[in-house]
Amino acid sequence: MGEKILFALISLFLTINYGFLMNGVIRKIYARVGRRHGIPFYQMYIDLIKTLALRTNIRHGTMFYLGPVFRFAGGVGLFLFTPVVFGSAMFGNLSFSGDVLLLLSFQFFGTLGMALGAGESGHPNAAIGVTRGLAQMTAVEVPFVLALMGVAIQYDSLSLHDIVAAQQGGIMHWTLFTNPFIVAAGMLALLGSFMRPPFDVVLAGQEIPIGPPTEYHSNYMALMLSNRAIFPMAKAILFMNLFFGGANTYWEMMIKTFAVVMWSVFVGVSFPRFRVEQSIRWFLRVPLILGILGIVYVQFFMS
Amino acid sequence: MSLEDLNKKQIVSPDGEHFEVDPMNDYFCQDRPEEVKPVNKIVERFYNWARSESLWILGFGTGCGAIEMRPLMTPRFDAYRFGVQWRPTPRQANLLIVSGYLSTKTLKRVIRVYEQMQNPKFVMGLGSCTINGGMYFDSYNTIKRLDYYLPVDVYVAGCMPRPEALLAGFEELKKLIKAGKAEGANEYANKFDWYKKNQKEVIRDWDMPDYNW
Repeated sequence: MGEKILFALISLFLTINYGFLMNGVIRKIYARVGRRHGIPFYQMYIDLIKTLALRTNIRHGTMFYLGPVFRFAGGVGLFLFTPVVFGSAMFGNLSFSGDVLLLLSFQFFGTLGMALGAGESGHPNAAIGVTRGLAQMTAVEVPFVLALMGVAIQYDSLSLHDIVAAQQGGIMHWTLFTNPFIVAAGMLALLGSFMRPPFDVVLAGQEIPIGPPTEYHSNYMALMLSNRAIFPMAKAILFMNLFFGGANTYWEMMIKTFAVVMWSVFVGVSFPRFRVEQSIRWFLRVPLILGILGIVYVQFFMS
Repeated sequence: MSLEDLNKKQIVSPDGEHFEVDPMNDYFCQDRPEEVKPVNKIVERFYNWARSESLWILGFGTGCGAIEMRPLMTPRFDAYRFGVQWRPTPRQANLLIVSGYLSTKTLKRVIRVYEQMQNPKFVMGLGSCTINGGMYFDSYNTIKRLDYYLPVDVYVAGCMPRPEALLAGFEELKKLIKAGKAEGANEYANKFDWYKKNQKEVIRDWDMPDYNW
């Protein structure tokens, strides 16, 4: 068990750095699309050190302090219960038989924690941001949960390990090819949960309220920056496991998650921003229908 | 906000509960700012490097100066190359750019914004108006010298300075930070009474706490 925890910490450390560099590269891609040079790809590390180096900080109360801690715990929890590399002792993480349900709650855990924390900061912009964020996340969860249920029904298992095992044996065994409907629903839901345009009205710096982090600085901000590195990577790994056959080596994981993240980046640089009510309507139309089609397909055409 | 808003008042909650609110103590922390000395020279040098390479700007756009900041985000000037990024909230920003003249009314807001930023924080004065009043030198309601009211680290001269001048200003500020000379926040804490005296001389209707975190 001790060994397993050590391995999980090593894979967490590696993936957090992968996430930081990935975020830098994404910023670089955004800049290049706008015909700029953009920030250096290692800027995230400097920002992290800078935020940690603030000499004073303010706390508004216990929940304000716990908000980013919950957020970070949500990201790390999601990561720790997702097998990064299938069948690997080193990067297998703490996957167990019912973990898809646990991952679902981890997805929402951080957002709820931030809602309480940002609420206690007392800033009106934070309250607006949290309301928008929770509303949008709830709409995103609908097609996402449908996709997840579809996968669980198709492979008759709630264990991510078993789901990945069922997809082994060639590219045609991936959920992507065996049931394209739920993959489409899941990948559209992914756009919403990655908080990139067109669904980034919650956090966008260009919006007058930048949302939940308005009052956060110093160590709190550093925790949130680290979470922004680990959480999207954990989600990308989860989607890779659900739809794209998992990974057999760390390199394969890196290539597949890069592709998953780039999907949201390419959509992000191409489309303008939705307002919250528009994005909620959007999620409850096409992705929802695709998700239901996927479930119907699994139920009636695959058994 | 007006002066009356700071008085104690009775509030009735939606549940019908009565309670007293004392805005000066409930909404603000009134402790004076204190000087925070760097702990370790070597660590501080490393931190200063990080601070200089990651300038998070809070742009206080008054008058024409704000227009000169926008081109910095565009491909032609692209300040992001130098680790300069824009933050919309004073809590996260460490560089306040006061871009142009300040009427006494806007000075109030600048002071509040500056005091909400966390130590270490830097101030850049943009344009002649912040240096000597510029074309508003004989105006009855603008301040003439910004550094009477806030500790300014770098001035960028011109009316208006071009975006290139701003980039040069950033580079100058980086040198100051790396040399450990940009200690405006500590200077503000040390000379707090002097700054407050100057501020209250021009702001007649002082309707905020003396220091708001």
